[in-house]
Amino acid sequence: MTLPAIAVRNLVKRYGDTAVLHGIDLDIPPGQVSCLIGPSGSGKSTLLRCMAFLEEATSGVITVDGEDLGFSESPSGQRERIPPATNRAIRSRIGMVFQQFNLWPHMTALGNVSEALRTVHKMSRTDAEARAMAQLVKVGLEARAGHYPAQLSGGQQQRVAIARALALKPKIMLFDEPTSSLDPELTGEVLNVMRDLAAEGMTMVVVSHEIGFAATVGSRISFLDQGRLLFSGPPSEVFGKPRHPRLEQFLDTYLDRGASMLA
Amino acid sequence: MSFDVNVILAQLPAILSGAGVTLLLWIAGTIGGATVGFLVAVGRRYGGRILGWPLGLAVEVLRGTPFLIQIFLLYYGGPFIGLALDPVPAGLLGLTIYGAAYFSEIFRAGFAAVPRGHIEAAECVGLSPSQIVRRILLPEMTVLVLPPAINMAVILMKETAILSIITVPELTLTVSAIGSQQYAFVESLFLLAVFYWVLVEVTDKLGRYAEHRLSRYRFSPT
Ligand SMILES: Nc1ncnc2c1ncn2[C@@H]1O[C@H](COP(=O)(O)OP(=O)(O)O)[C@@H](O)[C@H]1O
Ligand SMILES: [Mg+2]
Repeated sequence: MTLPAIAVRNLVKRYGDTAVLHGIDLDIPPGQVSCLIGPSGSGKSTLLRCMAFLEEATSGVITVDGEDLGFSESPSGQRERIPPATNRAIRSRIGMVFQQFNLWPHMTALGNVSEALRTVHKMSRTDAEARAMAQLVKVGLEARAGHYPAQLSGGQQQRVAIARALALKPKIMLFDEPTSSLDPELTGEVLNVMRDLAAEGMTMVVVSHEIGFAATVGSRISFLDQGRLLFSGPPSEVFGKPRHPRLEQFLDTYLDRGASMLA
Repeated sequence: MSFDVNVILAQLPAILSGAGVTLLLWIAGTIGGATVGFLVAVGRRYGGRILGWPLGLAVEVLRGTPFLIQIFLLYYGGPFIGLALDPVPAGLLGLTIYGAAYFSEIFRAGFAAVPRGHIEAAECVGLSPSQIVRRILLPEMTVLVLPPAINMAVILMKETAILSIITVPELTLTVSAIGSQQYAFVESLFLLAVFYWVLVEVTDKLGRYAEHRLSRYRFSPT
């Protein structure tokens, strides 16, 4: 048995009195693409954000390559915070891509990608920009290196955001609906970059409503509903018939487009 | 009696000295007000309830009372609490405090307008909290606060005229004194209006130019 890249154990997240995640257990196998699907509000973003430590879980454990992220929990349930420096090192193995791109508007594409290399990793400007440029080449945007985010299309912005995460050489990449705020004609260029990344063997967790992508690139599909993981499995099993009634309803209600191609 | 601004313009050296005082008080008061206002905004954002509550109350009181009353209280009431200041320092202090209250609100809105996701993206690539403030929050905020900050500087320019009532030898005091000596009240008021208006226009144009230069850094709200 190989060690999971990320292991989630009995993860609970509450906002005040309302539980958003009710004890999630999930293994992310290394070198594969794991897709998270589910109706809006089911807790997909919350789960992904806990994996990126943007959100602190109420209880439960997340490990990255076997090391605790954020908190460690003793068998008796005592939680202890991981020291910040250690936690930053663990967290740096994870790259995150957001639905809203979140590029820094006052920096060029090259500036966005090289920023952390310079400020966090203290690389010289020349070295940082060389590495950043290599990442921009990879997402096909070397010609746009000097452009500001406001001068780029949504698809280009998202590719810069992917390059920004990749520049730090993460072992795992998390994507939260990376194409949901893009016009349909721009989703393809982002999905292609993600396909290339998957082909290189990057460990990826993808929250997406692109059922076609999930079915063709995903190794495992996990279906989340009302804060519970209803089931996980390979695409053939999850999308094959008979389907779980909640999944059937989800495919019908939310995804006319993607569902029809799987019918 | 005829309308003749030359009786006033004849005393150019005195007018220039008054204009100098106005300009210096305005520039120093704006820089001081913006600096203190920024610190107040930071205190309210990161200082918790202990710092946030009194700062919030002070800002509300200062924004809720006329500058004229504040400056009277500071100059004539100050000595009762051991703060006996000459007109110029009192005027500068008053302008700074008054400006700080408004600037702090501008910066507070600026902090709040930087999208949470931009900060989260910085956390994800490993920037420390202080690096996030320096590299992301402040530069992004500058673009956002520039228009209201310029507006505030213009308001402070006009408020300097109020300092004449505590005998700060600035432009309004100087020119209206000449006006009463020469029995040329209307002329003096007319010249004052022209002077302030020109200064405000220049400030505004400079501000617009800076805004234009920075506009490409603006994010398009998604
Ligand atoms: N900061 C928050 N405070 C309170 N409730 C929240 C917060 N963030 C998310 N939620 C709630 O948690 C649930 C799951 O949200 P989310 O993880 O964004 O779902 P999804 O990404 O699947 O659409 C929703 O009901 C949402 O309203
Ligand atoms: Mg979501």
